[in-house]
Amino acid sequence: MKVLTANRLTDGEAVWLAPGSVWIETLEGAEVAGDQPAEERLERFGSESFARNEVLDVNLIDVEVTSAGIRPVRMRERIRANGPTNHLDHGKQAVSAS
Amino acid sequence: MYRYDEFDHSFVKARVDQFTDQVERRLAGEITEDQFRPLRLMNGVYLQLHAYMLRIAIPYGTLSPKQMRMLAHIARTYDKGYGHFTTRQNLQFNWPALSDIPAILADLASVEMHAIQTSGNCIRNVTADHFAGAAADEVADPRPASEILRQWSSVHPEFSYLPRKFKIAVTGAERDRAAIQTHDIGLHLKKNDKGELGFAVWVGGGQGRTPILAKKIRDFLPEQHLLSYVTAIVRVYNLHGRRDNKYKARIKILVHETGVDEFTRQVEAEWAALKDGELTLPESDIRAIETYFTPPALTARPEGDEAIKLARLDSRSFGEWLDQNVTTHRDPDYAAVTISLKGIGETPGDASAEQMEAVADLAETYGFNEIRVSHEQNLILPHVARADLKAVHDRLTEIGLATANSNLITDIIACPGLDYCALANARSISVAQDISNRFASLERQRDIGELKLKISGCINACGHHHVGHIGILGVEKKGAELYQVTLGGSGDENASIGEIIGRGFGPDEIGGAIETIVDTYLANRSGASEKFLDAYRRLGPAPFKEALYAGEAKAA
Repeated sequence: MKVLTANRLTDGEAVWLAPGSVWIETLEGAEVAGDQPAEERLERFGSESFARNEVLDVNLIDVEVTSAGIRPVRMRERIRANGPTNHLDHGKQAVSAS
Repeated sequence: MYRYDEFDHSFVKARVDQFTDQVERRLAGEITEDQFRPLRLMNGVYLQLHAYMLRIAIPYGTLSPKQMRMLAHIARTYDKGYGHFTTRQNLQFNWPALSDIPAILADLASVEMHAIQTSGNCIRNVTADHFAGAAADEVADPRPASEILRQWSSVHPEFSYLPRKFKIAVTGAERDRAAIQTHDIGLHLKKNDKGELGFAVWVGGGQGRTPILAKKIRDFLPEQHLLSYVTAIVRVYNLHGRRDNKYKARIKILVHETGVDEFTRQVEAEWAALKDGELTLPESDIRAIETYFTPPALTARPEGDEAIKLARLDSRSFGEWLDQNVTTHRDPDYAAVTISLKGIGETPGDASAEQMEAVADLAETYGFNEIRVSHEQNLILPHVARADLKAVHDRLTEIGLATANSNLITDIIACPGLDYCALANARSISVAQDISNRFASLERQRDIGELKLKISGCINACGHHHVGHIGILGVEKKGAELYQVTLGGSGDENASIGEIIGRGFGPDEIGGAIETIVDTYLANRSGASEKFLDAYRRLGPAPFKEALYAGEAKAA
């Protein structure tokens, strides 16, 4: 399973694509693609959004869906989704804690 | 320190205006990311995992209090209240919005700073000994040559699109604190028998995926030929360096593949055509640049010895800090102070805005307005009267910067790693924090003695792991972090590349493995005076391999 992620042009904020084709600031709520047509649809939107200069570094990433929610397979993407592990007061984890 | 002249001011202002326009056009959607990326990189703007990153040049690591205060202001206004000092003596902000970067660059320009050539395949920030102008063992200050190279290399039309990035370091002492043998060009400023200044020239050093130590291609280059000779080297590299393979594009590969004798012959041939031409530095120009680095007028402060004796009796922590973080100055009444940015369990190289301002205050009150950034990610006050050391120590204690661990195992170099960097494969900071906490006891650290531990989160080796006495390289294996250990590296005048000791360790194992290595050293050293590196060079890897892996072999 995959989700689409990128960084927002204006401030570099990590974002994920949610249902309704909107970029959101948390992994939670992202649209999970379960098959190839769904992945292709996400990728297509990503390319268009990149071309519209809304985001950059667009990537389709592997995730698992568990009872706790969406979990990226790679450590890199888990850190992007949470924030730096040396500063628990920074990144997404700070927002969700407040 | 160097002050911008009219040309510098107008050059930096023009660049700020130009990049501001480029950012505005990017935000308005008038230029694409593919068009903008090379422009932003030329101005030090990267994209990392969580945000953009801005890398600011600190030429040869020299900062004024006014500049440090501006960095604090930027940290507080546009970032998250801190900055990260790097192994290129630069500063990185990890969270700036692209839309704020023009304002940040304008603020920097107001204090004679910029982010030009902190990225890209050009000549990067020239680094130098952080004790320049202060060290007792210095022959001459390496910063005038560094400044001449900075001026020459800034938007150099011939050398703005080299095959790959290019790094130069300069030392003015036999004891190499600038790691010149791991640079594309390393310059050792020295005097010949007649007392004239010149450089030993080293070429083709570097770390990354192919670590190679530099080769000395000239033992003494008279100082007036600095630019013509460096031009000859970079010209040969620009012409013959590989552009077909990013991983083979550095000058170290060219020197290695060409052979040092043939490479030197090519440089000398090129130089023969350039020598005594317009690149020859007029004596008056060299001396004029030197005046910017005239040492402060140090007044006699002979009361230092007595003051220190009393303070040491009064405070154990002061005594420990004095032993560890205070370095001999050429003036016996003075000392150079290392301000450790390696608090126990903290992120190596990070400083908060409040700490930056406090260091600026200390430099003004006690340090003749001079601050340095070391490539080991610490700050330096190069000229402090010994009589003022107690006051400096007490203020550093108040702001959490009096950790007495300079050159000890917790004085760790670590790159930002996977917590921030888009290139990283594994975290570095978390490993540094784990090791720092394990070895928190200063008594234990001091018993271990000098030990340089360096951590990189990928093969690009920003954390200089290849030249760590203990080096740690983070890699990704099957989606998890794995840490390879190298032993016996060194970045000083007796440089060496560390040797991989064996299979890697998981994130939960690496701290224990480092403890095993240290315990093996302690058990095998010839005495307390035999340092880790010396013991490793005498013993070789065998006892360390035995301690780390013998159990596995028996079990298998």
